[in-house]
Amino acid sequence: MTTAVEKTPAKSAQPEASLLPPVNVIEDANGITLTADLPGVPKDKLNLLVEADTLTIEGEVELPLPEGMESLHAEVNLPRYRRVFTLSKELDSDQVAAEFANGVLKLRIPKAAHAQPKRIEIRVE
Amino acid sequence: MYTRMFPRDLFAELERLQRDMQQAFDLSIRGGTRGGFPALNIGSTPKSVEIYAFAPGIDPAAIEVQIEKGVLTIAGERAEETLPEKATLHIGERFAGRFRRVITLPDDIDPNSATAKYRDGVLHISIARQETAIPRRIAIQ
Repeated sequence: MTTAVEKTPAKSAQPEASLLPPVNVIEDANGITLTADLPGVPKDKLNLLVEADTLTIEGEVELPLPEGMESLHAEVNLPRYRRVFTLSKELDSDQVAAEFANGVLKLRIPKAAHAQPKRIEIRVE
Repeated sequence: MYTRMFPRDLFAELERLQRDMQQAFDLSIRGGTRGGFPALNIGSTPKSVEIYAFAPGIDPAAIEVQIEKGVLTIAGERAEETLPEKATLHIGERFAGRFRRVITLPDDIDPNSATAKYRDGVLHISIARQETAIPRRIAIQ
């Protein structure tokens, strides 16, 4: 006899708890500049992923902790940052340039050539 | 008699609990400014006190770290991002401006032993405890 009790929630779909890094997003005529604060993340623990129209920023915090340290106060209380953005169509996700120094990530996402601003001529007849 | 007639209601009790929780996290009389910049983590070992200040994107030479009368001060400034002409700021969450955070240190630290390192946007300050304060096991003969 089959029962209807077999529906267990898919556990793997739930990403691990993470901190939301603060960002600045600035748009100009040629593209978007995104700056994110990811203090404590070394370069090799930063993960950038562009998939279809989503941009995922992920980073693992690595701190030099002396042996036997006991935490007294923690404002950064998770070892991971994660933030997901939806990119709009006019952005050229193949041309994303990234810079990462001192815990600050700077991404430059240019607009696709066809989306660059074009001056429309007005013809007076 | 009065309190028995007016039992403390659940909401008042919850509120008190929340206040107590906040109290437990506060650093000192200077305010447990959670959400302040830079964010702070503090740890303790038998030999030292470890402070981590999450201050990304700052020239380490421009951060002022000072210990005076058992109080540690971390101060500095993070420049505002310059907005190019004709650009629009869509999201502006990153901290900019002057900052100062103050931590009351335990009595048994040796202020002359403090070291500070800046890596990946985290300022790590390590302050040793005084030799006499380190617990010592006494051998029984």
